[in-house]
Amino acid sequence: VKAAGVILAIAVALTLQTTLARFVVRAIVPVDLVLVVVVYVAVTSGPVTGLLTGTAAGLAQDALSSGVIGVGGLAKTVVGFLAGVVGTQFIVTQPVPRFVAFVAATVAHGMLLLGLYVLLDLRQFSSPWAEVGSQAIGNAVVGVVAFQAIEVLPGAWDRWRAHRDRIRR
Amino acid sequence: LIDIRHRAGYLLVAVVLGHVVLISAQIGSRSGVPVLEAVTFGIFAEVQRTVSAGLAGMRGAWTGYIDLRRVRSQNDALRRRLAEVQVELQRERALADRSRGLERLLELRDQSTWPTVAAAVIAAGATPDFRTVTVDKGARDGLRRDMAVIAPAGVVGRVVVPSARAAKVQLLIDRNAAAGALVKRSRAQGVIVGRGDDRLRLEYVSETADIAVGDLVMTSGIDGIFPKGFVIGSVDVAEKSGTGYKRILVRPAVDFQALEEVLVVLAPAGAREATEESPE
Repeated sequence: VKAAGVILAIAVALTLQTTLARFVVRAIVPVDLVLVVVVYVAVTSGPVTGLLTGTAAGLAQDALSSGVIGVGGLAKTVVGFLAGVVGTQFIVTQPVPRFVAFVAATVAHGMLLLGLYVLLDLRQFSSPWAEVGSQAIGNAVVGVVAFQAIEVLPGAWDRWRAHRDRIRR
Repeated sequence: LIDIRHRAGYLLVAVVLGHVVLISAQIGSRSGVPVLEAVTFGIFAEVQRTVSAGLAGMRGAWTGYIDLRRVRSQNDALRRRLAEVQVELQRERALADRSRGLERLLELRDQSTWPTVAAAVIAAGATPDFRTVTVDKGARDGLRRDMAVIAPAGVVGRVVVPSARAAKVQLLIDRNAAAGALVKRSRAQGVIVGRGDDRLRLEYVSETADIAVGDLVMTSGIDGIFPKGFVIGSVDVAEKSGTGYKRILVRPAVDFQALEEVLVVLAPAGAREATEESPE
């Protein structure tokens, strides 16, 4: 059930990334929703689930982009593993640590991705740090909001239903 | 039996090795589109098409309900016509430029128009690290790899992965994109390269070349993909770099954030050149 949920989350993130994201953020702040899902799953489920999620999500994203298949997969695998280790070794339950985790994961992902392309001599990057930085902030904001929403919304729904039932009685 | 949950390190090494093998296999054979990429893209393009159609349907129903339908449809038709006329204008401008050169050589020849097909953008790239879009026309409509994609304002990119009913287009602003370019005023030639952001870099232009801010940059046609004479953008920054080549940044004429409809030039570049060069 958990694996199906993760696959569904990746598919939804890919769909949103390719359809809705361009209307909402208009690429002013680049956001990698798939990376947000990988980090979220890794932090909440541990390194094994994190790296497997990173592998699946990265390969799917590679297959849909114009890069070499496996580069993004490798970057997301390592980031998923590291985020999972961080999630098991540190308490990442408050917004600020989560924000830091998303920023660090995005920067690590950017360094791995761009580093691999430079290492393989496929492309040179003059100054990608501004873009990586803005993506890190964008991912962190979306990730923290998603974390809060997933935690708060079910409880809020239950409280609203209980309140409604009391009024009816 | 080994519980993999307690062997995360081994699993990481195995998965990383798998990726390295996968990457190595592609780098050894980069001539064509990898099968995995083509199949995955073809399948996901259908999902994108469905979601895009659903979104378009919902938007259409909502706006159709509150807008005056007749005015809206007239407006759409006029915008489409305007886009066609703008493309026509660019085509004529390209033809005029070419004709002037030919007139000088006293070799006036008939020009054949390039067949194009209109396509709607149905999805953006799957990752912000690569600038691609998906269009709703594919191999069934005659699209092939490396066909040029243009818009009324100028050059958009090239087809990289055509599936049956959709195609992935690499935008000119993608880090891996490049095209032969020339500066219209001084005819200085170079290579326009994407940077992954909203500007392009014009490379291999000599420091002695006459380049000024605001100069129009157009396709030179030497790359064999983009037709000659289409607008790429205008020079934003032109300065000496001390390397023998100027540092030139170009602002694209096309607004890649608001791309909705494009034209794909159906004839491969080789065929276009052959048609244009062959005597009647």
